[in-house]
Amino acid sequence: MSDPQENTHIDSVGTYVKILLALLVATGVTTAVARVDLGGFSVVVALGIASAKMVLVALFFMHIRHSTKLTRLVVLGGLLWLAILLLLTMTDFASRGILGVPGK
Amino acid sequence: MITAAAQERENYLNASHGLKSWFLTKDHKRIGLLYLATITLFFFIGGAFATLIRVELLTPQGNLVSSETYNKLFTMHGVMMIFFFLIPSIPAVLGNFFLPIMIGARDLAFPKLNLLSWYLLVVGGMFSLYAMLAGGVDTGWTFYTPYSTTYSNGYVIATALGIFIAGFSSILTGLNFIVTIHRMRAPGMTWFRMPLFVWAHYATSLIQVLGTPVLAVTIVLLFLERVFHLGIFDPARGGDPVLFQHLFWFYSHPAVYIMVLPAMGVVSEVISTFSRKAIFGYGFVAFSSVSIAVLGFLVWGHHLFVSGQSLFAGMVFSFLSYFVAIPSAIKVFNWTATLYKGSISFQTPMLYALGFIGLFTMGGLTGLFVAALGIDMHVTDTYFVVAHFHYIMVGGAIMGYMSGLHYWWPKMTGRMYPEAWARLSALVIFLGFNLTFFPQFILGYLGMPRRYHLYPPEFQVLNVLSTAGASVLAVGYLMPMIYFIWSLRYGKVAPVNPWGATGLEWKTSSPPPVHNFDETPVVTHDAYDYASLMAEEVEVG
Repeated sequence: MSDPQENTHIDSVGTYVKILLALLVATGVTTAVARVDLGGFSVVVALGIASAKMVLVALFFMHIRHSTKLTRLVVLGGLLWLAILLLLTMTDFASRGILGVPGK
Repeated sequence: MITAAAQERENYLNASHGLKSWFLTKDHKRIGLLYLATITLFFFIGGAFATLIRVELLTPQGNLVSSETYNKLFTMHGVMMIFFFLIPSIPAVLGNFFLPIMIGARDLAFPKLNLLSWYLLVVGGMFSLYAMLAGGVDTGWTFYTPYSTTYSNGYVIATALGIFIAGFSSILTGLNFIVTIHRMRAPGMTWFRMPLFVWAHYATSLIQVLGTPVLAVTIVLLFLERVFHLGIFDPARGGDPVLFQHLFWFYSHPAVYIMVLPAMGVVSEVISTFSRKAIFGYGFVAFSSVSIAVLGFLVWGHHLFVSGQSLFAGMVFSFLSYFVAIPSAIKVFNWTATLYKGSISFQTPMLYALGFIGLFTMGGLTGLFVAALGIDMHVTDTYFVVAHFHYIMVGGAIMGYMSGLHYWWPKMTGRMYPEAWARLSALVIFLGFNLTFFPQFILGYLGMPRRYHLYPPEFQVLNVLSTAGASVLAVGYLMPMIYFIWSLRYGKVAPVNPWGATGLEWKTSSPPPVHNFDETPVVTHDAYDYASLMAEEVEVG
């Protein structure tokens, strides 16, 4: 049942420690940036750091970089669905009032 | 309760005994039966709430319960029926039991996760039920903000937590099905030899895995706002209440397809079996399931036409909504084409399946009405919408569930149910359903709003008709409950293949052995190869 390619390649403990440290540093940066007023960019920076952390977790802790194409396809599918959620939700928030109909 | 047929040969029912052998079982068939008992209980609890609603609406004065109690009743009815009955119904009971057998597998890919899924549903259901009965929730099953976050005094979070827990049951079931279908098919069971029931469950599982986590996130956000007053949905704190509706319906619209796609899978099996013909356009029907699953994620904004969503977004979502009609219509036309020149017999599963086609078509066509911006302005939050979604969820999903339950009951239990009573129940349910919900289309079109226990006196006749229909419907649902239990002891012993159907589940004993097959089957024919089967019958004479 199991795919040998999928399970045999495990990164070294050192790699995991480095990734853990990177995640902790990123968390610290997020906290520090939250105390600085960047205006509209505050959200952009916070989400950017969070996305970078997500990529690290997926690639290393979830072993995506050593996974089969099918597993990568599943990950891409998840990201595509997140994009659908964000894009179609934004068709509302980004278009309020553009047709000139009061209240719409 | 073990059948005589079962005693002759070891099977999954008599292989082990005692409560422990059931509550710690990893056998997908036993877990399917655990789900059957659980969701039947939730169905009758949800039905009891519906009964009280319909009795209240017999008179326009609202003189049975207070408006606060009425609000709680329709909330509890919706929560129980949707999250704890309809969502798990066909996948968790029939899918669990038959999906592995239909692809020639010994079990699901993750049997322990399967058992955990059942426990999560039980814990979630009991939690929500206790919260609703102890404190009550009056938000409606949709939990719309800002009412749910700011104003409602009910046990909103506790009820939502039960739904959150049950959501993981749904996710794990979907995950289990996807992996099983990818990795555990028998030799020769190629993707395009799979029964359409399996294709329908594959599509359903995709929705469960991709959509349900968003519901979980939405419930967490609701909790954060209600308890910690974070500004997510409250405009006074920089939030937007319409955001809740976007997130909620991103899951809850596809959830309708979690309910109805498996029913479509059942109908494909039953129509083919009782027409003695291969499904017309197998590939189209298979891909239409996947298309419905994908397109179902692009249309949620049609629930928000009058909620403050921008007109532009309303136009986009209205346009996209019409696309779902295409794969839905493909299925209906292909089932009808399958009947053409078929050797049709009107056994009980077929009666329910034909009922599904008629009622689902009405539900689907009225769905086109409410997907149109102009008409929806008129009928939003009226009984027209209530009738529309009951035609899909009850007329569609439950008719499909009943069809499947009758179709596979002999295989599950080793006993036949009484055919005459079963046909009568199908007829009673069909008539009772239409008498209950068709008047609601008219009520809604005339302007009766949903979720009020008071209404103008001129609406009473149609409401009395609807309540009368609900009584007939209740009798129709009680009948199978009685004769199914009766059949366990007194029903005729079921043969291996009582319907003369194709499919691997009809090649193993009734009830099946613990590991489903004595030897791993090798598949050499397409699904629904009735032409070969009938040619063999002719040769044998």
